[in-house]
Amino acid sequence: MLRENQRRFKFDWITIILFLLLVGFGYINILSASHDGEVTSYFNMSELYGKQLVFIGLTFVIIILILSLEAKFYERFSSIIYLVAILSLIGLFIFGKDVNGARSWYGIGSMTIQPSEFAKFATALAVAKYISDLQTNMKTLKDQIRVAAIIFIPALLILLQNDAGSTIVYLAFFFVFYREGLQQVYLVVALSTILLAVLSLKFGILITCVVTAVVLTIRYFIRKKKRASIFQYVLVLFTAIGFAYGVKLFYEHGLKIHQQNRISLWLRLEKDPLKLEQMRKAEAYNLIQSEEAISSGGLTGKGFLEGTRTTGKFVPEQETDYIFSTVGEEWGFIGSSAVVLLFVFLIVRILYLAESQKSQFSRVYGYGVASILFVHFTINIGMVMGLIPTVGIPLPFFSYGGSGLWGFTILLFIFVKLDSNKINEW
Amino acid sequence: MRKLLLLTTVILVGLAFIARLFYLQVYGGYEYDIFEDTAINKEYTYPKRGYVYDRNGKLLVANQPSYDVMVIPREVEPMDSLELIEFCNLLKITKEDYDKKLERAKNYSPRLPSPFVPQLSKSDYAVLQEKMRKYVGFYIQKRSLRSYQTTIGANVLGDIGEVNRSIIEKQPYYKLGDLIGKQGVEQSYEEILRGTKGIKFIQKDRFNKNIGPFKEGTLDTLPVPGKDITITIDSELQAYGELLMKHKRGGIVAIEPSSGEILAMVTGPSYNPNILVGRNRSENYSKLHYDTIAKPLFDRGLLAQYPPGSPFKVMNALIGLQEGVVDEHDTFTCRMGYYYGGRRLTGCHHHRSPVDMNMGIAQSCNAYFINVYRRIIDKYDDPGDGMNKWANHAKSFGLGDFLNNDLSVGRPGRIPDGDYYDRAYGDNRWGSTYIVSNAIGQGEVEATPIQLANMAAAIGNRGYYYTPHIIKNIEGDTIPSKFTTPKYTTIDRKHFEPVIEGMFDVYNDGTAKALKVEGIEICGKTGTAENFAIIDGKKTQLTDHSIFVAFAPKDNPKIAIAVFVENGYWGSRFAGRMASLMIEKYIKGHITRTDLENWILTHSLEEEYAKPLSGEPFKINGETTLQVIDNYAIKLEEKETLKQ
Repeated sequence: MLRENQRRFKFDWITIILFLLLVGFGYINILSASHDGEVTSYFNMSELYGKQLVFIGLTFVIIILILSLEAKFYERFSSIIYLVAILSLIGLFIFGKDVNGARSWYGIGSMTIQPSEFAKFATALAVAKYISDLQTNMKTLKDQIRVAAIIFIPALLILLQNDAGSTIVYLAFFFVFYREGLQQVYLVVALSTILLAVLSLKFGILITCVVTAVVLTIRYFIRKKKRASIFQYVLVLFTAIGFAYGVKLFYEHGLKIHQQNRISLWLRLEKDPLKLEQMRKAEAYNLIQSEEAISSGGLTGKGFLEGTRTTGKFVPEQETDYIFSTVGEEWGFIGSSAVVLLFVFLIVRILYLAESQKSQFSRVYGYGVASILFVHFTINIGMVMGLIPTVGIPLPFFSYGGSGLWGFTILLFIFVKLDSNKINEW
Repeated sequence: MRKLLLLTTVILVGLAFIARLFYLQVYGGYEYDIFEDTAINKEYTYPKRGYVYDRNGKLLVANQPSYDVMVIPREVEPMDSLELIEFCNLLKITKEDYDKKLERAKNYSPRLPSPFVPQLSKSDYAVLQEKMRKYVGFYIQKRSLRSYQTTIGANVLGDIGEVNRSIIEKQPYYKLGDLIGKQGVEQSYEEILRGTKGIKFIQKDRFNKNIGPFKEGTLDTLPVPGKDITITIDSELQAYGELLMKHKRGGIVAIEPSSGEILAMVTGPSYNPNILVGRNRSENYSKLHYDTIAKPLFDRGLLAQYPPGSPFKVMNALIGLQEGVVDEHDTFTCRMGYYYGGRRLTGCHHHRSPVDMNMGIAQSCNAYFINVYRRIIDKYDDPGDGMNKWANHAKSFGLGDFLNNDLSVGRPGRIPDGDYYDRAYGDNRWGSTYIVSNAIGQGEVEATPIQLANMAAAIGNRGYYYTPHIIKNIEGDTIPSKFTTPKYTTIDRKHFEPVIEGMFDVYNDGTAKALKVEGIEICGKTGTAENFAIIDGKKTQLTDHSIFVAFAPKDNPKIAIAVFVENGYWGSRFAGRMASLMIEKYIKGHITRTDLENWILTHSLEEEYAKPLSGEPFKINGETTLQVIDNYAIKLEEKETLKQ
């Protein structure tokens, strides 16, 4: 009986410890980023760090709730959870509240809730549910379209609410689909698309055409046996050229000026030093400040609460999207590398666990968790360090905010619960 | 394979992030320095720089406020053209200047403040101060500049100027735009005079607003005011010396033998210290610096290193007595020179013969001193030993090495020893006859005026001296003990009297008898030093330098002096007259030998100095005529103003 119990509650403590480390270290940095001079009380509810402590406290209530529910519950109710999430997103158009131009919040008294943070795990559950259905075959176009629709609906709703950052997160599911049998050609197309877009923006249409043509010609001569007809190659070439033009047009006319500038800065497209300077001042202010803060941390950092740029609040949104700059300044290379490693360990651990699941539902869901965390981690830290264009999304477990913290906690702990149940699967 | 896509991507991204972090924080990162942190505002309070008084309590150097416009290039925000024009107009610079200055500051450091426009006038400051808020990245730093209460003593007082980058690298106390003592006592007493600036560290926010003291102000320091100093200079004597040196080049150093205090330290040509204050400083400084002919920045009293000529004979007399190779009554014959093996090694002028020590000194007989010198060297079997012994005696008078005092510049002079000639001629391949020039202060011996003045002080003291120094008193502090401990020479006290009598007779019936001053017993020694210049690649002899060394009164001397006048010809002609006048001025406070004064003030050497540069052949020494200038009246007027 005892053995039975032990088995039943065999949670993966490595994941839980990694989670606790991230949340704990995250709190320390929120404290640094949001304090005003002196820290009088850690429970000062008028300060962000006080609120975050309450959010963290409530997180444990949520965790216990999630872990005490039957594992089967999540699979069984995944469609309903998904539906609720979609409805809450739709509801925003009626009851929502504008914050910084994005209509992604419900206001309840002084509290606000951001449903898009919860839509992620709901979508992950729905995707897992659909793919794990015995009838589903990811190689068929029909299932591909349907499963794409599952992620497309919340993504579109979020995009309509003017929260482009959160929309991009849904691209994470590509990794899940690929793992579950999506044809390789999608991967090739996806990578080519990115490459073509970057090429055409950075080097212009002509060079893009030449490069594409050369690559296709080489391919044509290498694959002598299984090669397609020359017309198909020509078609691909023209599609590529058309796409390159499209990207250029979209970049020049489809994007808002600030989005355009961000990409321009990222790809270093602007050559006129004067305009570049203006652009940097206007658009890359956060980035300049955050790079400066991170650089100034040096090897060991300035120490807890000692960051001069953090204290002076030089980096805007430093307690939310730019929290990693605080880590960089106060904890230096050692501290920030540790955070990167914690995230890598967590994601790798989840992937390892996902692969060891007996039920496909758990595996797919696990993959979804890993992919979502990965995309957040990559985009957020990459943006703060100037590796990718600015996209405003939070760093999981680190960034200030209840909705985000709870969203990620639920996402992760549903998987912990599913994983703990794998022994009972048959 | 499909399982590996996300896994490898995650690991690659992780590695890329760590590489980027390494690039930002370790490779491209920098040693954290709070002074480079633009999040922390550094507010400096510059303390009052210490005042400088002369030995009689007369204020020589005080302060005046000055305002620098500073810039931190990183924080500068682009201005629209109208704003820029207004700003440039306020600063009285052009748009091009603005760009150039900003670029230069950026090159130095984008994070650190650089002076943008230094030393605004008071009215410019008043107008600018109102509008300064508008110009982000610029601020006004108040400093204190010098205000000279006198027009003399530029070489003594020195000046202050902006620190350069090499100083900042060596001494992190200084930041760009700070002022530092550049010459004279400003340089040697820099740390005492400047005090310590106070710093307030203030945490800024991103709107450049101060949000409170950094670390509760625990790192802040209060300014410590600089200490006032009193220097040993007698400003009246100094002014008089400078007046006498007008239209001549040379140096005068006067020392109080009983203390080693420097009473006057004159160099000619000199300049008014006030020209090195304010916005014109750099322009005026370059003018002085690039005047490579008259070299006004070259302090001849301290740096002019020449063969001392005849004054060095008294040194040989002292060494001869100490070594027991001669006594004061021994006589030598002089047949208008010194002969060795039938060849005349050195000439001499007309005087009685045979010569004893007293007459040797009074008449400056070359033959007498060569005999004495050869006896000293040949006392030992190896001339090297003799030479070393001789050199040690001479060095005990502070010759042949740096005096190690508190002046900003100096030269060691040269006293050759046995090794020196072993190197020059080869071991044991030389003897006393090779080096007889040293007997009469020519040859390899070299000394600066201050060393000669110190030698005179040591003789006047009968065997000891205090290191000549310029500091008399530091507010709330004592002066270094090395200046208050006597240094003894290697000559016994009893040997000084005959030599001093000889020097006294220089005035009584010797080479300076025309320079006597009623009521003062002066002991002196004339000197004439041959000198050469390279003109068109040819070594050409110029008119001799005029040298005079003296102390007075004979017993318990109050002043020891060395005067050196470039190309002044024989010793009593220029230097001797000036020494007598300086001594009378110091001891009596007024001049009775107005004939001497008149002569000095109306005779110029400017034409003499112009000759070698004229490109024409020219005559020297006895074949020259002196240039008489007719501005004695003006000189007297100047003198009157000096008195007031």
